[in-house]
Amino acid sequence: MALSDDDVRRVAELVRIGLDESEVKPLGEELSRIFSWIEALREVDVAGVAPMTSVVEMQLRERDDAVTDGDCRDQVLGNAPAADDGHFVVPRVIE
Amino acid sequence: MASDLNRLGVAEAAARLAAGDCSAVELVEACIAAQEAAANLNAVVADTAERACAAARHADQRRHRNEARPLEGIPVAVKDIFCTRGAPTTAGSRILDGFVPEYESTVSAKLWDTGAILLGKTNMDEFAMGSSNETSWWGPVRNPWSPADGPSLVPGGSSGGSAAIVAAHAVPAALGTDTGGSIRQPASFCGVVGLKPTYGRCSRWGIIAFASSLDQAGPLTRSVADAALILQHIAGFDPKDSTSADLPVPDLHSALQGDVKGLRVGIPAEYRLDTLPVAVGDLWEQGIAWFRAAGAELRDVSLPHTRYALPAYYIVAPAEASANLARYDGVRFGLRSAGKDPDELYTRTRREGFGEEVRRRIMIGGYVLSEGYYDAYYLRAQQVRTRIAEDFRTAFREVDVLLTPTAPSSAFPEGAKTDDPLAMYVNDIFTVPASLAGLPAISVPAGLDDDRLPLGLQLIGQAFDEATLLRAAAALENAVGTLQAPAVSA
Repeated sequence: MALSDDDVRRVAELVRIGLDESEVKPLGEELSRIFSWIEALREVDVAGVAPMTSVVEMQLRERDDAVTDGDCRDQVLGNAPAADDGHFVVPRVIE
Repeated sequence: MASDLNRLGVAEAAARLAAGDCSAVELVEACIAAQEAAANLNAVVADTAERACAAARHADQRRHRNEARPLEGIPVAVKDIFCTRGAPTTAGSRILDGFVPEYESTVSAKLWDTGAILLGKTNMDEFAMGSSNETSWWGPVRNPWSPADGPSLVPGGSSGGSAAIVAAHAVPAALGTDTGGSIRQPASFCGVVGLKPTYGRCSRWGIIAFASSLDQAGPLTRSVADAALILQHIAGFDPKDSTSADLPVPDLHSALQGDVKGLRVGIPAEYRLDTLPVAVGDLWEQGIAWFRAAGAELRDVSLPHTRYALPAYYIVAPAEASANLARYDGVRFGLRSAGKDPDELYTRTRREGFGEEVRRRIMIGGYVLSEGYYDAYYLRAQQVRTRIAEDFRTAFREVDVLLTPTAPSSAFPEGAKTDDPLAMYVNDIFTVPASLAGLPAISVPAGLDDDRLPLGLQLIGQAFDEATLLRAAAALENAVGTLQAPAVSA
């Protein structure tokens, strides 16, 4: 399984990681090597096998739709890069 | 004598404190001095000495008032992936430089509720992605077993700082997390005990997420009994973690008392690799002999899908990581790099904030989850995972625990595998299958190789049967006796 330069550029864009053009080829070769190794999974007969969705046997719980937390605005803002009047102040991210 | 208090294990220290032979302040000060003496290991990334001293004074006051709790005054180091209120938490990543959580992880909160004291946030591979602690933004950790006149050896990873600081006798116990071997492999490399509980046994709430269907917290200690003691206090149901198991936690201390007569110990044929170093193979044989001598029944078992575990892991874990790490976008917290528009802000922040291995795994995860590839990779990997779990279920009809090596080698020199991701990934070949199946497993220091470096043996148990696992581990530890101490040992 070989990744093309375009594959590498497309994935980098999907995951929002900046990539210098000079890195595209070496990264593609490295990822191709990893995916060749992963190809071994094709040998496994998985016909009719359910994908694992729960690691240990359990039912997902429901909880009461009740407020259990709150009144902690200043804590929530504790790691904000900037705050003003109880709000996060961030660069414009919606155009 | 106060000067060697840092060498006490958890249970010994608790007994000394209870008997009034020493104070929590003396114990914590001895561990602080030991951590300072071991500073060249780079095992601790956030200094918490001042608050630890204050907590120790508080612990001594409680004891005076006869209000001492089970671990009152016992210092514990915590991997820097657990959110600790008021103490910087970065998961070894530049992208979280300066992040100070406003809340406490459930597991660490449970420890502090029993009276234990935070002493040191420990270095780790960035976002727990690594097997040598070399991907940390804070630099590599030196294995305390490194020869004085030789190259610096890695401590394993990703919980490398936790393993190293416990091995150096600078704290009686540390918390780690294990996604594909990140507690057990460094425990093996550093000659300490490392326990990964059953998935769901310990809450994941407040632990910075890497791969949510695999991550599990657990202790690193210098004895099996101490690992049991710490697990007893950190395990249990937590409504804040949707996959936390709502099951009672058995009395693990009493579980250690029994012997292994008649215990059925399985030896999986597929773990006998041609490439296994002689010392590792020999130690495994020795382990088999020890169990036989202790009255256990040894049985050969087969786990036919073992060789597919690592490739499946390298789809599942990066896929989950790419989703979990999408939150680090430079907007609301953490590192932000300037950009002329939102996309440039995101791509530059993530480029500069994440290290090479994390970027690589996010790329793998993004690719396998992208349109047109999901079925071929992610879905198939989850089907293979079902097969691997079935293998274990079948084996556990015949046996109670499995015995394998923990890692395919002892500690290797810094830089030896950093240029070859696949060579690094193979470190987890014996630990990943149990992770994929969610099973509890423990690494017990079992011997030294020709270079006088520690090697661990791994025991794998049935889901939620940590009691039997720990009983077997205690028997193994008993057979091993005492290993020589590491070169750096305060």
